[in-house]
Amino acid sequence: MNFDPFILSFKLAALTAFILFCISLPLAWYLSQTKSRAKPFLEAITALPIVLPPSVLGFYTLWALSYNSPIGAFFEDTFGVKLVFSFTGLVVASCFYSLPFMVQPLQNGFESINKNMLEASYIAGKSKLQTIFAVALPNMKPAVMTAIIVTFAHTVGEFGVVLMVGGSIPGETKVASVAIYEMVETMDYTAAHIYSALMIAISFVVLLSVYLFNARQNRRFGL
Amino acid sequence: MINIKINKTLHGANGDMNLDVVFDIKEGDFVALSGKSGSGKTTLLRILAGLEESNAVISVGDTIWQDKNTNLAVQKRSIGFAFQDYALFDNMTIEKNLLFVANDKKLAEKLLNITELTELKERYPSRLSGGQKQRVSIARALMKRPKILLLDEPLSALDSTMRTKLQSEILTLHKEFQTTTIMVSHDPSEMYRLANRVIILENGKIINDGSPKKVLLKTKGSQKFSFEGELLEIKKVDVIFIAIVAIGQQLVEIVISQDEVKNLQVGDRVNVSTKAFHPIIN
Repeated sequence: MNFDPFILSFKLAALTAFILFCISLPLAWYLSQTKSRAKPFLEAITALPIVLPPSVLGFYTLWALSYNSPIGAFFEDTFGVKLVFSFTGLVVASCFYSLPFMVQPLQNGFESINKNMLEASYIAGKSKLQTIFAVALPNMKPAVMTAIIVTFAHTVGEFGVVLMVGGSIPGETKVASVAIYEMVETMDYTAAHIYSALMIAISFVVLLSVYLFNARQNRRFGL
Repeated sequence: MINIKINKTLHGANGDMNLDVVFDIKEGDFVALSGKSGSGKTTLLRILAGLEESNAVISVGDTIWQDKNTNLAVQKRSIGFAFQDYALFDNMTIEKNLLFVANDKKLAEKLLNITELTELKERYPSRLSGGQKQRVSIARALMKRPKILLLDEPLSALDSTMRTKLQSEILTLHKEFQTTTIMVSHDPSEMYRLANRVIILENGKIINDGSPKKVLLKTKGSQKFSFEGELLEIKKVDVIFIAIVAIGQQLVEIVISQDEVKNLQVGDRVNVSTKAFHPIIN
């Protein structure tokens, strides 16, 4: 049994979750604090990947990353990186695809923090950055946990975008979901069963751990 | 000397209101700020702290905090602030709450001692009572050794015994740290005990400003006793009328004449006063 597609799926999900956490932290903080009129527009754009068919997202990502677009051309000419049908391209596509799953829980988390608590930190002379890391994030651990895990799980579960942007190159872009699709296509049902059952088991354990963690946190803070 | 001049339009529940105040405070003073809710007290504190944008000129001693050209960030103002809801850092122990402000173990120990929190210092805020939380909040506010200590109704959520205890602690701390303190309060006895100056705000303007005696004592003229209360009920008993008035936490019965009844309605704010009276206090 070849488990490369699983390893690839988890590598992709872990990398995506890490990159998205770094990008989403300032974005979610801004959205939670701003009173600007641009906020609804930004929120709508952020939420788009939830409602768009993966094929639409896949098509535009494919176009944007290919040599036909300025972005794709820039990356290939300057860094020599080909973004389509490569692992790098998959990471980029996954970041778009899973963005709302990272931003929304973080934003909710920041919004749930007592504003006075943040202000108390400013009055204590702490900068916004210090306040985010020393006060805000430690008081919203369930939100952070949910954001990271759900982003991870959602990326593991993606199929359409990955197929369109990455294709199915073994060891490079052939992730577990694509592998299962191919197994079914080639009528290799035994392998498909094993892969699918594994996928269900892993996903369940991941989600269960989030809910268990959050329940324990809530008990600790007496909520 | 602390000079304060503030102008800001507030969008409140009762429409727009202009907060427009000019006053000076002597350093070391304890000022009580009072007035109906929505009169701009909390906003005034927040503007002083730099938490709210405004057109203001604020100078503290020789330092200008805010004017046309400068606007010191909240982090740079020498301010301590105690919130009504305490706003403690839930993820830190009591001691860490204090040390987060300034890493000064000696000062933290001293503050914890004065506020009788030393034994609780390893606890997290969720395991404290309201009174204990407010003590932590006030102690934390003093960790920066601020020039101005702002207290936003710090005791209003506490029961009266706890309130009295904390009042004396606040006074001790105010003297010990030689801060200038501005406290929002609704409780006349609290203001009388703590403050040496009382400012009353109404609709964003200062309508009364002076010593607690001058502002808070309601007796006028030759009256010896005067209490403000709310008229709850007028009863007719045989040929006389009896009014039930709530004064503070107490209900009293007062005999009134038929003429007086005409001018009174249940729910009115009334003054109960008496002259030529020899009370006994026991």
